[in-house]
This record gives sequence, C-alpha cells and structure tokens, in this order.
Amino acid sequence: MLEIRNLHVTVDEGTTKRPILRGLDLAVGAGEVHAIMGPNGSGKSTLAHVLAGREGYVVTAGEVLYRGANLLDLPPETRAREGIFLAFQYPVEIPGVANIYLLKAALNAARKHRGEAELDALDFLALVKAKLRLMQMDESLLYRAVNEGFSGGEKKRNEILQMAVLEPQLAILDETDSGLDIDALKVVANGVNAMRSPERAMILVTHYQRLLDHIRPDRVHVLAHGRIALSGGPELALELERRGYGWVEAKALETAAGARP
Amino acid sequence: MTTGAREHYLGRFAAHRARLAGASLPWLQRLRDAAIERFAGLGLPTTREEDWKYTNLSALERRLFDVVADGAQFSGFRNDVAERELARHALDDTHRLVFVDGRYAPGLSHVASLPRGAEIGSLAELVATRPEVAAELLDTDPEAEANGLAALNAAFWTDGAYIDLAPGVAIDAPVHLLFVATRMDLASFPRIVVRTGAGAEATVIEHYAGSDDAVYLTDAVTRIDAGAGARVTHVKVQQESRRGFHIAGIHTLQAADSRFASHSFAFGGQLARNDIATRLEAEGCNAKLAGLYVGSGRQHHDHHTCIDHARPRGTSRELYKGVLDDASRAVFNGRVIVRPGAQRTDAQQSNHNLLLSDGAEVNTKPQLEIWADDVQCAHGATVGQLDADRLHYLRARGLDAATARGLLIHAFAADVLRDITHAGLRARLSTLLPGQLPEDMGELECELLPTS
Ligand SMILES: Nc1ncnc2c1ncn2[C@@H]1O[C@H](COP(=O)(O)OP(=O)(O)OP(=O)(O)O)[C@@H](O)[C@H]1O
Ligand SMILES: [Mg+2]
Repeated sequence: MLEIRNLHVTVDEGTTKRPILRGLDLAVGAGEVHAIMGPNGSGKSTLAHVLAGREGYVVTAGEVLYRGANLLDLPPETRAREGIFLAFQYPVEIPGVANIYLLKAALNAARKHRGEAELDALDFLALVKAKLRLMQMDESLLYRAVNEGFSGGEKKRNEILQMAVLEPQLAILDETDSGLDIDALKVVANGVNAMRSPERAMILVTHYQRLLDHIRPDRVHVLAHGRIALSGGPELALELERRGYGWVEAKALETAAGARP
Repeated sequence: MTTGAREHYLGRFAAHRARLAGASLPWLQRLRDAAIERFAGLGLPTTREEDWKYTNLSALERRLFDVVADGAQFSGFRNDVAERELARHALDDTHRLVFVDGRYAPGLSHVASLPRGAEIGSLAELVATRPEVAAELLDTDPEAEANGLAALNAAFWTDGAYIDLAPGVAIDAPVHLLFVATRMDLASFPRIVVRTGAGAEATVIEHYAGSDDAVYLTDAVTRIDAGAGARVTHVKVQQESRRGFHIAGIHTLQAADSRFASHSFAFGGQLARNDIATRLEAEGCNAKLAGLYVGSGRQHHDHHTCIDHARPRGTSRELYKGVLDDASRAVFNGRVIVRPGAQRTDAQQSNHNLLLSDGAEVNTKPQLEIWADDVQCAHGATVGQLDADRLHYLRARGLDAATARGLLIHAFAADVLRDITHAGLRARLSTLLPGQLPEDMGELECELLPTS
C-alpha cells in the first residue's frame, strides 16, 4: 500500500532550510495498522503532512510509492480522492462552512474521481447519521461551521467522522488520541477499529500506549533524528512506556554515526 | 483643475430647466434652483475634501454626460437591452418598478395588489398627478444634499420611486426598484423616497443594472423616513456596467423605536460611491448596516457610512465586508456619532477585507465621535488574505484548489448574505461572488451556511 524509501525532507524557514526527515524508510501493507511514536519535534507530523501533500515541505531525496505509484507529484486533493486521509493533529476551523457541506463536497469529489455518481440527499444523510452514531456525536454538530468552537475532543471526533464517511484506503491519524477523555478515547478507538479491513492501511501517530490498548497495531515504529530508529511488535510500545525514548535516541545517533562514511 | 463639469451641468440645467418634471410647480422649481445654486458653489467633490480623500472623481470632470429632461426628449430607450436586463434581474414575489435610463417604464413594471394605505409608484407621475403629496415627500434635507453630486441630483432628478405607507401598514413582498442603464454617455438622476408611518413595515430593494460595458453616470439619492416603531429594510444591489460610474446617497431618519436595516451590495461600476447615513433621532431606535463590496480589475468601491445616535437608548450594528482582487480598490469609512445626551447607546462596527491579490488595496477607517459617557461602542477592522491552513485542509479533503478558494470566499461573505430573507435574491447575490463552489451539492446547496 505504502512504501517510503530513504525520505529526506526539509522545511523552509525563510533563508535556511532545516532538515527534518533524514532517510526514513517505512512500508505499510494493506490490512495493516502501524503505530509511529517518537519524541516531540522528531518529525511525525512532518511525515504525515508530506504524505498528505502540504506545501512548505521540500522532499530533497527519496521516494514515496502509494499503491505502487509515485505519490509525491500529486496535489493534495488528488491524494485525498485516491484514498489518502490525514486526521490532522490540529484540525482547522472553517467559519462560514457547515460541517455537513464539507462532508458532502468531500465525498462527492472522491466519488466523482472514482467514476461513481454522487449520493442522493437521502442516502447521504443516512450514511452520515450512521457514522455520527458510531462516533457518538450530536447531530447538531453537522450544521455548525467546520470545527469552529468545537472542543478539542469534538474536533478529533470530527476528524474520525470525516474518515468514516470518506472510507479511505490509507488513513494517517496524527495524535487523534491527544486531548480525548477516557470515554472519548474508546469511542474514537471503536470508530477506528470499525474501519479496520484487509483493504485498508492505517498509520497511528501517538504518544501513548493507552490508544494501542484499544487499537492493537501490527507494527510499532519509533521516529527519532529523522528516521525510523527502531521497529517492533506491539510490545515495543509497552517498553517505550517504561523506558522512555532516551535509549532509542542514543541508538539512533550511533547508527547515524556508523552510517556516515 | 478645470471647471469642465461645473460649466457643463450648469449649462444643461439652463437648457432643460423648463422641461424637468414638475416644471410648472413653483415650489419644485425653487427647490431645483436652490440645488443648482448649491452645485454651482460646490462643484464636484475633490480629493482635498476629507470625505473624498481616497476617491478621485477627476474622471467625471473629463467625461461629461448628457442629461435627458423630459418624456418627449426621452426618445425610446434600448428596449431589447432593457428586456434582457429585466429577464436577468427580475425577482419573484416582489412588487416591481422598472426604470430605464432613469425613466419609469410601466410596461416592464408589475405591482400586485397592495394593502390599503400603501402606495408605490413613479415620482414623476406623482408630481404630475398629486403635487401636494409630492411636495410633502420632496422637502429638502440639507444633509442629504451636502455634496455637489447630491445637489446635482436634487436639481436634475427626472424620475424615481416613492413608497408611502400609512401608519400600521405592512407590505409583505419586497418592493423591487430596478434601474436599468441602456445608453452610453447618459447621466441619470434617480430619486427615491420612502415614507413609513408609525408601525409600518416595508422592504425595498434598490437595484442598479447595466451591461455591455457602457460608460454612463448614475447619480442617485434615496431618502427614507421611518416612523415611530416602523421597520424598514433597504437592500441596495449595485450591478452597474463595469465601466459605469455610480454615486449614491441613502439618508434615513428614524423616529422612536424604529428599526432600520441597510444592506449594500456593490459589484459593478468602475467607480462607485455610496454614502449611507441614518440618524436615530428619537429614543430606542435600532439600526443595522451591512455591506459587501466585491472588486476586480481596476474597480473602485467606496462606502461612507454614518450612524448618528442623536437620542438615548439607540442600538446600532454595522458589518461591512470586502473581497478585492486584481488592482481593485476599496474605501470604507464608518462614522459613528453619539451626541451629547444619547446615553445608553450601544454601537458596534466591524469591517473585514479579503485581498485576493497583491495589487488590491483597501482604506478602512472607523470614525467615532462620542459625546456621551454612558455608552458602549466597539469597532474593529481587518485586512487579510485567504488562510493557507484552511485552503490546505479543504484540499486535503479532496476539494480542488479553485473550489477550496471559492468556498472560503463564500464562507467569508456568508454572514452578510445570510440576513437577506428573499431566497432568490440571496442565491443570486451568492453567484456574483468570485470563485466556484463544489458541484452537485443538490439539496444541500443552501446548507453552505452553518446554522449559527
Ligand atoms: N512548517 C514548518 N516550519 C518550520 N519548522 C517546522 C515546520 N514544520 C515542522 N517544523 C519543525 O520540524 C520539527 C518536527 O516537527 P513535527 O511537527 O513534525 O514534530 P512531531 O514529531 O509531530 O512533534 P509532536 O510530537 O510535538 O507533534 C520541529 O522542530 C518543528 O518545529
Ligand atoms: Mg506532531
């Protein structure tokens, strides 16, 4: 589904270009759920944004293949229509646009791209309401402006609602668990689990083991110093919870030094 | 500076004076004579005047427009153009008066039955048939004629509309006054008078349309008298030719507990100026001023508004927004006066501008003159661009870049459009915004707007 090879990314800070990702490799197959953990500022959101096509990040080397084809040349809307969904770490407020309007416009755009007819109003509403129930969200949120005045938790749920309506092939959830209360975490996890399927891949960016109690990942990766420093099974998350990142970072520095000619 | 315009219009007045509407009525000729004298003294406004600092009328000194005085001289407007414009701009469920090049066109107009005590019609006809009523409606208001162009309108007006409601009378359907320009090089001077008795209610849509890039001048004056407890809504829709000039004054007087709402939509013209003023001259009045100006190319839009709180317990809310592309310019000047003794006034003003290109520019200025102490006044102005994070978020949901832009532009303007209760007009105004919206939204179309 997704193959990232030797990805180098810098951010434009006006005059200087700062490298953030420095040779990242990652492969996620259909049906798999991968967790990415790592210290603040290590580049997790950068990776997510690069996959979603955010401007301002410059890929200086490496490649990203999505379903076997080069992803990096596509504009963000084409990636979305092709089935990539990013649940933002910081969902954006859009005053003046009703939540349901965006849901319909987004779903229409994807369906049109796939050569499907748009859903009629009744079917669309039925679909959205079913997903709302799954996310235990109040219907009134549909008619409010996108994320405007939503609580932190409501914003995160709203991202997952969008994901549930759009049914992407590859979902990247950037700290969707942060800021959720205990019950909301379960609701979100249920929403995500309901979408696990053999055709769909998911990447969960998280700082906390507790999300992984609810959504059991196939693989856990640690991002440090711009690359995947360590990968393992679900038990790696537990170990990180106990030991922190220090030892992984040290290890990453060693390999980085060793890799240098 | 030449005196081209002054000499030209003084000459036209001398030539046409005897043929203007109501020429046989001494009181009306006195008003016209006094007005042309004021114009002779004032001339056209110049940028040396504070209120015209950013709006340069020198083009009107160079380009001198014809004046057509009476029906006989008014030999057949471009009927095909008028009918095409009418087809384009007619609104369902309204009483419609159409004016072509400033002259009432009964054949294109349609007024359904009105409640007893409600009268609407052509001002020129009123002068001809019931001059005593016309005399009541046309008394001078120095504030409404404070500048040379308003004086020119008072001197030259040939036709226009009156809406006269007896106390307690409400017209359910809006009155749609459609002014169509069909001819090059013509100046027209529409005059509109709205008088609502105590507790009366009316909505007036004052709509200017022109096409084919004709160059002409519209110089309009509207006066609104809102009786005690009356509710008056005025919607201005300016869709002049892209090369037309449009100068207008809208002056309202509010009696006790009246509610006045003004909505000004400016899309057309190469240079357009609206002076919109309301005076809350008794206690407990409410005024709401809203506006949206949309500029592209080298268009210039100017709104000067004035809310004059003369008496206590008045409330005013003002919201103006602008969307400016290319090298267009806009001016917003929001004057709010709170007179001595106008205690417990509550006034809020905001002006927000969206610049779609580096070449667009806006001059925005609040002008608060507060002479009372127990008042609440707030104002704010912003000038910004489309938000990159929002654009990206929409694109990350599958909307293409153009649609994401269009959606954000519509969202920006949404709260100014929302208050337009005539659904057909609201939808049409929305189509005049730049930028495309998502396709195939079907029945959800109206739900772009969140229910606030
Ligand atoms: N657009 C940008 N401009 C400048 N610096 C950026 C930009 N985006 C990311 N960075 C920098 O890149 C580094 C990685 O940021 P990123 O947001 O990817 O970290 P993260 O791993 O998601 O952290 P967190 O766990 O705190 O969310 C940080 O130092 C950040 O300041
Ligand atoms: Mg992050």
